[in-house]
Amino acid sequence: MDRITGSVTGVNGNLVSVRIEGSIRKNEVGYVLVDGKRLKGEVIRVGGGIADMQIYEMTNGIKVGDAAEFTGELMSVSLGPGLLTQIYDGLQNPLPELAEKCGYFLERGEYLDPIPDRDWEFTPAVKAGDTVRPGDTVGTVPEGLFSHHIMVPFGLADEDWTVVSAAPKGTYNVRKEIAVIRNGRGEEKSLTMVFTWPIKKPIACYAQRLRPDETLITKIRCIDTFLPVAKGGTFCVPGPFGAGKTVLQHMEAKNADVDIVIVAACGERAGEVVEILKEFPELIDPRTGRSLMERTVIICNTSSMPVAAREASVYTAVTLAEYYRQMGLSVLLLADSTSRWAQAMREMSGRLEEIPGEEAFPAYLESVIASFYERAGKVRLRDGRVASVTIGGTVSPAGGNFEEPVTQATLKVVGAFHGLSRERSDARKYPAIHPIDSWSKYGGIAEQTKVDAAREILRRSTEVGQMMKVVGEEGVSAEDYITYQKGELLDAAYLQQDSFDPVDAACEPERQLRVFGVLYEILTASYRLEDKSEIRMFFNRLRQQLLDWHTIPFKTEEFDRQEGAVRELFRTRACEQAV
Amino acid sequence: MQKIYTKIQSIVGNVVSVRATGVRNGDLALVGNSYANVIKLDDDLVYLQVFAGTQGVGTADPVKFLGRPMMVSYSEHLLGRVFTGSGVPKDNGPALTENMIPVGGPSVNPTRRVVPKKMIRTGIPMIDMFNTLVESQKLPIFSVSGEPYNELLARIAMQAEVDVIVLGGMGLKYDDYLFFRDTLEKSGAMGHTVMFIHTAADPTVECTLVPDLSLAVAERFALDGRRVLVLLTDMTNFADAQKETAITMEQVPSNRGYPGDLYSCLASRYEKAVDFDGLGSVTILSVTTMPGDDVTHPVPDNTGYITEGQYYLKGGRIEPFGSLSRLKQNVNGRTRSDHRALMDCMIKLYSAYKESLEKRSMGFLMTEWDEKLLRYGRLFEDGLMDLRVNISLEEALDLGWKILAECFEPNETGLKTNLMRERWPKPLSLG
Repeated sequence: MDRITGSVTGVNGNLVSVRIEGSIRKNEVGYVLVDGKRLKGEVIRVGGGIADMQIYEMTNGIKVGDAAEFTGELMSVSLGPGLLTQIYDGLQNPLPELAEKCGYFLERGEYLDPIPDRDWEFTPAVKAGDTVRPGDTVGTVPEGLFSHHIMVPFGLADEDWTVVSAAPKGTYNVRKEIAVIRNGRGEEKSLTMVFTWPIKKPIACYAQRLRPDETLITKIRCIDTFLPVAKGGTFCVPGPFGAGKTVLQHMEAKNADVDIVIVAACGERAGEVVEILKEFPELIDPRTGRSLMERTVIICNTSSMPVAAREASVYTAVTLAEYYRQMGLSVLLLADSTSRWAQAMREMSGRLEEIPGEEAFPAYLESVIASFYERAGKVRLRDGRVASVTIGGTVSPAGGNFEEPVTQATLKVVGAFHGLSRERSDARKYPAIHPIDSWSKYGGIAEQTKVDAAREILRRSTEVGQMMKVVGEEGVSAEDYITYQKGELLDAAYLQQDSFDPVDAACEPERQLRVFGVLYEILTASYRLEDKSEIRMFFNRLRQQLLDWHTIPFKTEEFDRQEGAVRELFRTRACEQAV
Repeated sequence: MQKIYTKIQSIVGNVVSVRATGVRNGDLALVGNSYANVIKLDDDLVYLQVFAGTQGVGTADPVKFLGRPMMVSYSEHLLGRVFTGSGVPKDNGPALTENMIPVGGPSVNPTRRVVPKKMIRTGIPMIDMFNTLVESQKLPIFSVSGEPYNELLARIAMQAEVDVIVLGGMGLKYDDYLFFRDTLEKSGAMGHTVMFIHTAADPTVECTLVPDLSLAVAERFALDGRRVLVLLTDMTNFADAQKETAITMEQVPSNRGYPGDLYSCLASRYEKAVDFDGLGSVTILSVTTMPGDDVTHPVPDNTGYITEGQYYLKGGRIEPFGSLSRLKQNVNGRTRSDHRALMDCMIKLYSAYKESLEKRSMGFLMTEWDEKLLRYGRLFEDGLMDLRVNISLEEALDLGWKILAECFEPNETGLKTNLMRERWPKPLSLG
């Protein structure tokens, strides 16, 4: 095929205009050649023989007349064994390898192969004569904890292919042929363990999409009990800066009961990625007993890295997530932050001189956000296995105001909303998820009626709290004051969690149910208490006992003993059980 | 032989355009006697941003392209010197031309960063105890005009143990520039300080160059094994200068007239803060003034999302609410066993004190609990929040326990029993 080439006619920020000879496709990848380097870019507009490319690198040094070349391929990622534990930038460049080659700094125009060049122990799953379709497994290789399925490339025509030959069990290089397949028209394809897939296209080689109905355990009490997330669902975490979005996501990445976690650090601080990089290899996944890093892929396009690649990074991340879902695994994608991604779109839209929408965001903002979150989902694969991609995105609204376009567009499409509040984080309440404003459409681990009752008490407690601000403590009845204290107790001793305490930081669902059960009794009981300071003293003591309980390891004698202590204290003042 | 162009096509704001070929994006040029850089190419039309402004620039003025991007000299000779935003000496000293390094270089590979874990002691309890400053952190001081932010900046610079100080002044009042210079000279720190100063009277474009110059130099010092503290004051002026340029270039404004890429602009500067493994480090302490004390204003807002916390200076004190050091977790676990718990507990109680204060101002009856909180709040503000207090972290922690024991019963603090058994200054009764 002839390479389409062109020459640069203009540069405006990271937008480069190229006069082209021949035909090109929108969104195909091209390179601008400058100083012997090839700078990658994507065609985002074509008109009048000029292709406008967004360049994923700094555009300094490009001059009019510089050569450009086009690949004819859409922006794609490589899929194959060896993705896990990797750290990629938004274009799937492996950062550790880049550091080995270039040192401390990210030199532009350096693109390395994302799939490590190594041998794998291949076990075929098909034999000559079998019929396969795109997405079907040809064989497996062991990748860390998982059996990595080598699949028929998703990009082939969706029809029956006959296996001509399949390599016998053995050790093969990742790029060596392991099977040959042929379709009805006699076209033959040679398969290796690696193939590519365009990042903006969802992978849909499954039998059926299912309703997300299984709770994804995060070991965060506030989420699992009150604001649950489902496997295959979506959730968003908007919050002003400093409210703890990233800390919360890191806790979810550590504790979520999924097979694979993909962290997309999109336009955020580099330091936060470093924390994951240094911390995760040391942490042990309690489910498997192996390092947490073995189930993690990091896509890292931090705020000082080129803006255009930031836009690509969330798609790169979700494509990898879908790829592992195709192997029957449950995957959690954490994107931090989707606002930076939206801003990258806004920057590009501005350079294209498109008519701006609200806050200068492009008019297509909502539809783009919606189609991104729609790539989450629980599916039944063609062989009957069930797998899921769950997407959790943080949103960084300007001024902490949830009315801004990105938050609103996100809220329309997600299934759970964990809104972080400045007040709660200022009061050092972790997690700072606002328990009343937030919502979830998924089912949690606890009985729904009990959860609703607890929430109702919390709501009434907040009302009494508001009222007390106006009429003072003396202006409310003892009964209302007890309700107020109940809500405060639920907040302090259940919703909040000490993320630095080794025990309290992660609370198993079983333990949550046990504690919630006791707390539910406390919340629904009525008390023989009249004097306000007596009420406050009683609830302070209860809180102290519950907080101490949280720090005792589960399934120990001491744990049971402390439960007894809580119950005993509770019984000293409780009347007969209310319903 | 370099070609000289003498036909300027347009002069708009600080931007001129000229027809020329073979010009590279980002290159430096001379328009008349002033430096300028290429910001946009459109066929043979080259747009140049003139550093000294375009006042008096004529259409027949000569434009000479230098064929290289913006650079700054880097050597030991920088120390003790003062330069303008274009890198021209401001102190009557000789111009430096040796060992030129490019500004605005590529960002550091995240995998080559290390987790910052060296505390910088300042002797200010609101920083050391509640929001510890960490080497290689990037931290702004949020403040309104009129607050003593430059004094605070200077004090931290004096007390922090660093090898090199780089001061980048943007839109500084001339008095403030003299204040910094005199303070640094008096304390003997001028010998390891470089200043890039843009005063309010200087051309706007130079303002946008100050952070790049400061950070390019700081980065090189760090690569040579120095621990560098960069002071940038005031970043709001930098953002305003960016806004001016963007509007001149007819970019669509996003929020209150600021360009859509404000976040990226600020981030690419702040992200230069780094700890090079085995070499030196760059710590950035900046000032962001908030117009109208509004933290949701685009500049402080975007800054807050980029930096690792902020110090919120109000009424001459660092406010515990709104102030945050994101990296304190990295260091305060290893200072003293009670540091974290005590810090959290004292802030929670201070927050309750604020509520009681509000209740009192509305004329409500004060309960016994409110009285306790009010007493606590007073002691806390006098003992720990006052900016004049200059005590070590350990002294501050001891003082914290003393204040708690003076005001509360142990079970009112929400602290864990084990910790209180160890540290409570009075005999423990858990009632």
